[in-house]
Amino acid sequence: MSLTPEQVQQVAHLARLELNAEMVPTYAQQISNILAMVDQLSAADTQGVSPMAHPLGLTQRLRPDVVTEPNRREAYQAHAPAVEDGLFLVPKVIE
Amino acid sequence: MHTLSLNELAAGLKARKFSSRELTQHYLTRIAERDGALNSYVTVTPEIALAQADAADARLARGEAGALTGIPLAQKDIFCTEGVRTACGSKMLDKFIAPYDATIVKKLHAEAGMPLLGKLNMDEFAMGSSNETSFYGPVKNPWDLGRVPGGSSGGSVACVAAGLAPVATATDTGGSIRQPAAFTNLTGIKPTYGRVSRYGMIAFASSLDQAGVVARSAEDAALVLQAMSGFDPLDSTSLERPVDDLVAGLGASIKGLKIGLPKEYFADGMSAAVRAGVESAIAQLKTLGVEFREISLPNAPLSVPTYYVVAPAEASSNLARFDGVRYGHRSVEARNLEELYKKSRGEGFGAEVQRRIMIGTYVLSHGYYDAYYLQAQKVRKLIYEDFKRAYTEVDLILAPSTTDVAFPFGDKSDDPVAMYLNDIYTIAANLAGIPAMSLPCGFSEGLPVGFQLMGNYFDEGRLLNVAHQFQLATDFHRATPKGF
Repeated sequence: MSLTPEQVQQVAHLARLELNAEMVPTYAQQISNILAMVDQLSAADTQGVSPMAHPLGLTQRLRPDVVTEPNRREAYQAHAPAVEDGLFLVPKVIE
Repeated sequence: MHTLSLNELAAGLKARKFSSRELTQHYLTRIAERDGALNSYVTVTPEIALAQADAADARLARGEAGALTGIPLAQKDIFCTEGVRTACGSKMLDKFIAPYDATIVKKLHAEAGMPLLGKLNMDEFAMGSSNETSFYGPVKNPWDLGRVPGGSSGGSVACVAAGLAPVATATDTGGSIRQPAAFTNLTGIKPTYGRVSRYGMIAFASSLDQAGVVARSAEDAALVLQAMSGFDPLDSTSLERPVDDLVAGLGASIKGLKIGLPKEYFADGMSAAVRAGVESAIAQLKTLGVEFREISLPNAPLSVPTYYVVAPAEASSNLARFDGVRYGHRSVEARNLEELYKKSRGEGFGAEVQRRIMIGTYVLSHGYYDAYYLQAQKVRKLIYEDFKRAYTEVDLILAPSTTDVAFPFGDKSDDPVAMYLNDIYTIAANLAGIPAMSLPCGFSEGLPVGFQLMGNYFDEGRLLNVAHQFQLATDFHRATPKGF
């Protein structure tokens, strides 16, 4: 499997990454090489094998639905790029 | 003082030969004088270190000291430290001051009483095997400044090997503790998945990431791993299982222990230097009464391709949180929300992280999910079953840690596949979630060689004891690099 520069741009769009245009051909070549290495997996016989999500087969613990965290909004917003009145600011979404 | 073991340091503190403040200041001075050549620290925290040292001295004076109280430690910069920058090797988090402590930070500093010397350099978001992907520049290997220290825990190993910290934390997603430990003559252990809390450890690939320690001996590693381990309700994958007494277990005889040698790991692929070192380690362990037998892990050769689907897939999901909105780098060029995401991420992430995000996005995308991600998770199950079968025949598994000694800067940095294949011996343990460690077994032209021990689930204690018995009979681990 190899990726063209256009396909790399499409994947970057899906990942919300703006690539440096000069890097796109390099990325296409490198990612194609990586996918070629990964293609070894297609030869493995996995018929009847169930996919593994957790090494110990554990499932997520549940906890009682009670409030345990104190409100630390100011501390958590102290490093935000832009806030106002306790809200995170982003560029205008709806015209 | 910087050549003493942790037990010797603890004895010196308890006997008042030196105070924690004096010991901590000794390391701070060494860092100031010598780290310029290595770049192992990205942030030094002298005020915190000395305040914590004073608190430790007060605990020592009250007779309330634990095994590690007063002995300084440095943290890989992947662990959140409240009030201290936690950058994870990335421009994305260059200005991020963590608003809370990771569980292991609480355990090691507040509870065990170890002063925090600073935060250690690493590959960006722990993605790398050479520490060349760090936003803060590469770390140098103290054994040869022209060579890499390994990665991603490059700062952790360089500072401990050079005596700029007595011991350090590290993390291991595909070998990031064991490969750098092997490159710098250290003992490094990655415990069973879930043994050490991941709360406050910046996520790379959540089903593989595990914190551990790099130290100058198995005994030192056991002391710190003991203090880090245990159930944590704040980590949803933390093991609800009591931790063995790792330190008390260090005296047991290893006579009659059965260790497997997987034939797939001893095929072509390792250098003559590594082969000689590993074979001498096997011979040494035989004299201690260990029995060896050949075993097979037939799917182990597929661990690198499996990892380079699973890990990027998880990384692309985990790193979606860096969007320029709540924290981290924000582009000033953006005119709308989509540009805000794209430009912030494009500017904030380096090339290796971008590559892995794109691979992860690709293998999870519609039409490719079954062929790549699902197939990789199935092969992962086969790799896991290989280990399960092997541990019905043997107690532990021995293998090389790396294919060769530390390589020169730039050697593999333009060829991701060559860089990835460097981790061929370490990745399977992460995919299976078993504990594994690397320890020194020789030198080749002045460069350290390590070997790897892999254990069954929860068997950290036995791993550390075998390593300790090996180190009682050898002195490779005592060698230190010239000039430090």
